[in-house]
Amino acid sequence: MSSDIDEAEEAVRVRFIVNGSKVTCAVAPRDTLVDCLRNSLELTGTHAGCEMGACGACLVQLDGRAVHACLMFAVQADGARVDTIEGLSESGAIADLQAEFHRRNALQCGFCTPGMLINAHELLARVAEPSREAIRDALSGNFCRCTGYEAIIDAIAAVAEARVDRAAQEREAASR
Amino acid sequence: MSAPLTSLDRPNSYIGRAVPRPNAKRLLAGRGRYVTDIRLPRMLHAAFLRSPYAHARIVAIDTGQARALAGVHLVAAGTDIAKVCTPWTGTLDHFKGMTSEPQLPLPLDRVVWAGQAVVAVVAESRAIAEDALELISVDYEELPAVVDLDAARQPGTPRVNPAGQSNICFRTQLDSGGVDEAFAAAAHVIEQEFSFGRHTPVTLEPRAIVADYDPEAGMLTVHHATQTPYQFQDLYARHYGIPEARVRVIAPDIGGSFGLKLHVYHEDMAVVGLSMLLGRPVKFVADRIESFVSDIHARDHRVRARMAVDADGKILAMDVHDATAIGAFSTYPRTSVVEGNQVIRLIGAPYDFKSYRAALEVVFQNKVQTSQYRAVGHPIACAVTERMVDLAAASVGLDPFAIRARNVIPDDAYPTASPTGYKFEALSHQVCLQRLHEIMNYDALRAEQAELRQRGIHRGIGIATFVEITNPSPAFYGVGGARISSQDGATISLTPSGEVRCAISVTEQGQGTEAIISQIVADQLGLAQEHVKVITGDTEVTPHGGATWACRGAGIGGETALQAARKLKANILEIAALVLQEQPAALDIIDGEVVNAATRQPRLAIAEIARIAYFRSDTLPPGTQAQLTVSHHFAPQGYPFAFTNGIQGCYVEVDVDTGFIKLLKHFVVEDCGRIINPMLVDEQVRGGVVQGLGAALFEECRYGETGQLLNGSLADYLVPMAMEMPDIVIAHVETPTADTALGAKGCGEAGTAAASACVLNAVNDALAPFCASINAVPITPARVLEALGRF
Ligand code: FES
Ligand code: FES
Repeated sequence: MSSDIDEAEEAVRVRFIVNGSKVTCAVAPRDTLVDCLRNSLELTGTHAGCEMGACGACLVQLDGRAVHACLMFAVQADGARVDTIEGLSESGAIADLQAEFHRRNALQCGFCTPGMLINAHELLARVAEPSREAIRDALSGNFCRCTGYEAIIDAIAAVAEARVDRAAQEREAASR
Repeated sequence: MSAPLTSLDRPNSYIGRAVPRPNAKRLLAGRGRYVTDIRLPRMLHAAFLRSPYAHARIVAIDTGQARALAGVHLVAAGTDIAKVCTPWTGTLDHFKGMTSEPQLPLPLDRVVWAGQAVVAVVAESRAIAEDALELISVDYEELPAVVDLDAARQPGTPRVNPAGQSNICFRTQLDSGGVDEAFAAAAHVIEQEFSFGRHTPVTLEPRAIVADYDPEAGMLTVHHATQTPYQFQDLYARHYGIPEARVRVIAPDIGGSFGLKLHVYHEDMAVVGLSMLLGRPVKFVADRIESFVSDIHARDHRVRARMAVDADGKILAMDVHDATAIGAFSTYPRTSVVEGNQVIRLIGAPYDFKSYRAALEVVFQNKVQTSQYRAVGHPIACAVTERMVDLAAASVGLDPFAIRARNVIPDDAYPTASPTGYKFEALSHQVCLQRLHEIMNYDALRAEQAELRQRGIHRGIGIATFVEITNPSPAFYGVGGARISSQDGATISLTPSGEVRCAISVTEQGQGTEAIISQIVADQLGLAQEHVKVITGDTEVTPHGGATWACRGAGIGGETALQAARKLKANILEIAALVLQEQPAALDIIDGEVVNAATRQPRLAIAEIARIAYFRSDTLPPGTQAQLTVSHHFAPQGYPFAFTNGIQGCYVEVDVDTGFIKLLKHFVVEDCGRIINPMLVDEQVRGGVVQGLGAALFEECRYGETGQLLNGSLADYLVPMAMEMPDIVIAHVETPTADTALGAKGCGEAGTAAASACVLNAVNDALAPFCASINAVPITPARVLEALGRF
């Protein structure tokens, strides 16, 4: 048996906070974060479409920022906070995006969808009311083969508008 | 003022309503369950060693070291799997004279494309299996590879199959007569050569399969990312000698299919054999690079076309030759000649002319197999036809709309047939043409184009009329001897609580099959949609059927569900009549209540009928056996196909310095008959258009001289992304087919069918002032600059 296979089989203990819970898991040094999430933690909502950072299916939040889970080794995420589609769904953080995607049928097979939602969530956290052009641009690393993208753009734009309106109402209510 | 009441204002009227898909919520929460997600107890993982050569003899395979690696359970080469699997041949009887070599999951002594799987390793994890692949050595003796289509057709070229007579898989011709006379009499003759590159479906979820053979039960269960589970049940049973009823194929959530996931792939067949050899579940998920070299590719045609027109721009005749290269084998069980066959039969389809001649040549080469992909043959037929029509318009001096108006089959001419023999029940080209003119705001676009041209901005407008084959009857594959069903089945039950479950053979890959079936069932039964549960994709649970391909989900599956629901409703009303001492005809169901049909007065909840029938049958009159589960099968009769038609338009801008093309806006008018869910139809059309636009501008599988795929990754093979895609305006015309009660035709391929043709025409329109012309797809910047003489 060659020695590099020995090495590959060696397990490393990593710890992270996944969707709000402390998690320890044993991973091989060559395991990517997407492997670890999907296989060890059974969080299969994070998908792998290309494993080279091109398709966006594997996006997760790492310490609050969207990252490609296929481009990162699990060991590199040691100590980090990881939020996946499952956690973001359960916390309600993206409930409005999910509802709008549903209402407009902004998904078909749904394989790209978790990555799309995480990217949309990230975009709206940075830019309150992006133009359609800016939304299209922000999604340029998320590949969808089923939809024509348009419903996705519409859904994100509608959520942005609703969030801005709600924030304005809340400000108004607070100032009264 | 309130709008007049329509049929949609009735309670439970779901046909024609844009309701969201119930199953989409699960997918949005990351709770989809794709085959890639499935993990079974004691499951092992397969990986494949692939051929580095496009054509080579296998001299020796040494697997000793790989077998010795800890965690490896099996290393199998061609001969090992051939012991349990019988070979297959991708021919159909009605394609007379067609040839193709028999195939096995793994080759015995010769590889025929670069990327072909040669040796399988099954191990505790995919990573260990891949480690083991590196320890296998294969001695190859390289053979001459046939790479280029034209070279493959030359006599004296090395043969892809040494046992064959030539590299020709199939040849056929059509001739409706009068072609030479028409050309002799024509005022204008247009002649053109076209080339269409290979591309590949690129579903976002790659191919995936988990095969689980239980030797004690003699039972095979396969979780398979496929659109056609029944077809695979039949294939696994026959090729592995397992009784059909002991083969179960489950297709859970599928991450895109587009025709890709209905063909037989060598690795998938191998995985079934590996599981049988091991008696354990075995999983294989293609990675993206494997997908590029082993998924089917499509298109790859060279077409020569001539068109004869009279002085007024009336089309008199067409004469075409299509040569298409399909790789080293014809795919099984549908064959790789269907695309070419459809190209020559669909060319000219929207137009009213009599004289048509076509020849088709299907050619082998040392590349991965090509086969059916979304809108089989349509984009090629449409691009050739529509480009020729535009060229004819230019030589006669007509506007593209005007020449089409002069030539499309008039809306009052039906029923009629195309010169190639397709029978058309009722199409709506004239109305569609008119609608497109309106929604494009055509005259304003032309004015804008002219004005911008003055300022050196080169925009182009392209339109393309199309006819799409949907709802195929047994005349499609059945006549050729393929065990591919054109019928579908539904089993529908009233549950003890008064809800409805419908198990149906049409499958879901995201297009919304489950949603439209529940709409149809709820509508017909008079129930709220949320009380209908639809089950798809499991051969053990749902009746046999063709499932979802060639746009048959709504037209055939929907009709099956409709008829099944009507049967169940009749049975429910029969029991209700007994309970209420009424005539069944005097009763109806609204919102889950049995009502008096005339007064709509509620009489009895159907939940109560279910309760009585299931738990208190003693209270029903003697001799009553309540039939609250019914099964219904439906196969199309009447017209062999229900044709959808429509027209697309697009507006593009060409940067004549860089060759870059910007899509500004796209327009679609389509007529898919009765629309069940307008939102889903629109999204299907949009998705289809975008796939067609990808083909038009970006997608091409590029090969090197030795037959290596040069761009087999998502970084190198360009697919359309949000940034490059335009907004897509859609309008509908509804001409229901009279062949079914539902009246629906397909719409899933309509978008793809005409998108490349539209872009081709638009780019050529933009280049018109330069007298430059492009007749190749994809239209890359390099091709644009070449056409402009700048490259
Ligand atoms: S799987 Fe990570 S970007 Fe495609
Ligand atoms: S919905 Fe299928 S890839 Fe986006």
